[in-house]
Amino acid sequence: MYGYLGIDVGSVSTNLVLTGEDGTIEQSIYLRTQGKPIEMVQQGLKQMQAALPGKVKVIGVGTTGSGRHLAGVITGADIIKNEITTHAIAASNVVPGVQTILEIGGQDSKIIILRNGVVADFAMNTVCAAGTGSFLDQQASRLNIKIEEFGSLAMQSSVPVRIAGRCAVFAESDMIHKQQMGYNVPDILAGLCEALVRNYLNNVGKGKEILQPVVFQGGVAANAGMKAAFERALGHPVHVPPYFDVMGALGAAMLAREATNRKTTGFRGFDVADRDFKAGGFACDGCPNVCEVVEILESGQVIARWGDRCGRWSNALDRNQKIS
Amino acid sequence: MGYMWICIKAMLEYLNVEVVVPPPSSKKTLLLGVKHAPEFACMPLKLNLGNFMEAAELGADTIVMAGGCGPCRFGYYAQVEHAILRDLDYQYQLVVLEPPQKHIGELLSKIKHITGRQSWRRVINGIRFGYHKAEAVDKLERMAHYCRPRETKAGTTDRALQNALKEIIAVAAPEGLPVALNRAVDIMKAVPLEKNRPVLRIGLVGEIYTLLEPFANQDIERKLGSMGVEVDRSIYLSEWVNEHLFLGLVKNTRNSKLAKQKAVKYLRHFVGGHGLETVGSTVLYAEQGYDGVIQMLPFTCMPEIVAQSILPRISSELGIPVMTLIVDEMSGEAGLVTRLEAFVDLLARRKQTREVLA
Repeated sequence: MYGYLGIDVGSVSTNLVLTGEDGTIEQSIYLRTQGKPIEMVQQGLKQMQAALPGKVKVIGVGTTGSGRHLAGVITGADIIKNEITTHAIAASNVVPGVQTILEIGGQDSKIIILRNGVVADFAMNTVCAAGTGSFLDQQASRLNIKIEEFGSLAMQSSVPVRIAGRCAVFAESDMIHKQQMGYNVPDILAGLCEALVRNYLNNVGKGKEILQPVVFQGGVAANAGMKAAFERALGHPVHVPPYFDVMGALGAAMLAREATNRKTTGFRGFDVADRDFKAGGFACDGCPNVCEVVEILESGQVIARWGDRCGRWSNALDRNQKIS
Repeated sequence: MGYMWICIKAMLEYLNVEVVVPPPSSKKTLLLGVKHAPEFACMPLKLNLGNFMEAAELGADTIVMAGGCGPCRFGYYAQVEHAILRDLDYQYQLVVLEPPQKHIGELLSKIKHITGRQSWRRVINGIRFGYHKAEAVDKLERMAHYCRPRETKAGTTDRALQNALKEIIAVAAPEGLPVALNRAVDIMKAVPLEKNRPVLRIGLVGEIYTLLEPFANQDIERKLGSMGVEVDRSIYLSEWVNEHLFLGLVKNTRNSKLAKQKAVKYLRHFVGGHGLETVGSTVLYAEQGYDGVIQMLPFTCMPEIVAQSILPRISSELGIPVMTLIVDEMSGEAGLVTRLEAFVDLLARRKQTREVLA
């Protein structure tokens, strides 16, 4: 059997997806990045190999997410793509005719508008990270609730409390205030969901025409409270696809299929999981910019560099891989 | 601000004024600026302040700065920065080059103040020299915009541009400029290109400092170039100098009049800075068949925020994708690259489907 591998290294989670030749998901893995992207990619590859039935030959690899370059270098990816494109590709394949994608991940949130199957417009949160997965995570742990239970608890609420959601710091103060006033936890959680949805629609979704069908994906889509809050705010149903949390990786796998059309893959095999990768770095002293250059070393040998503005270091390697 | 120093330096050195060129804006410049500037001022102020502090270390004693009179805060920046510098015990004299209110003579007298006892004729020649250098630099930059997405080997255009600029910078007298420009143009023409490569065309609009200073816009022109995008800026230095400092004395150049006419449908009032030009240029780019427009502004820039709120309407009416990028000292490069990549992908796919339909 042949398959395509998609890897999405995000701030909070690292996801791997293996699709068959027709693009259906054979296996998906969801891991927490925990600030160790290299290890997590390796661990993910190991788990993937263990989970696969016998003979699967990977004939294409795509990486995405904020750690896409890192993952791309380690695995020898055929395509390294930003998460907006991959999310759009995945959603339009899973839900044909989708016109709006709401995506909320760990550190960013975005809205993608598709028309006729092509991305027509998008927006990402710009100067504020309030209302993303990390904040929900943090609030859940402050209230000593498992993030997995957040959604179902919020759904028990009958009267959501109004919470000021423009800024994460003020939202937290307001939540504490409401909690000290004696409101119960489900109502506060439901209120938080509504506040985040308001914030999202006002900041990320401002000026965008949100048409049906609407798809809600990214890690936060697991939260039923958020889905319900979106449906209340938009006034129509919001669709959460079955693999909502690995859509980026799925899109990357689909792009890998396109990229390896009539070409052999650069995939370096599952055994990269056992090789020794290290990330090092140094401050360049060539000019007052003092760029922090990152080096990826494999068994002591530099295989990639980036982070310099001028290209002095990233262009110095003979491997003609384009980083960006 | 970008390559503006080349022409100012030429003008002043021609007039026997010793010029200290601060090092190009860098992280250090920004750190100095951020430390001493008010937090809510926009990034240009912080960078300028840092530039002046770095120049003082090299022995500068007079600041020459552009000013302005309009709703944009920039008009006060020269004074504010001067005051901050005074508080920090820097002894600077301040000369503000402002758009003359009535007559170009106001500008000339200020220049005279810097230049001292020199004949008017020489001063005017000096100004002309500076202006012609600005034109030369703009010409080279335009060539670089064309070459970058088409170069066969990554990085050759950037190197050629640096060498070509050196030719222009080295010229000390007006007589030598045409020859040097020819040499510089030849350097640019020598960049090996693949002429038939399909490229996307994006117009850059927005606030002038962010557009012209590569450090402020995180080298957006180079980044887009390497993604296969030919860019055009709505503002070039020589055009701005001609329009604002010479009050349009030099005729037959591209100026913002057309852009302002195009803006009338959407915005009928001067909003300061380049807000009006941003709106008008977006319309122009749409009419000229560009694939997309990117607006750049420093965080808290009022004129551009006005323009930003109008752009979605232009975008939907004229069918041109527009993206807005806001920069300040907190901007991360990864976020910028992701957005640019996604925007370029969007434009490429759009173009593909259009070509299939056509």
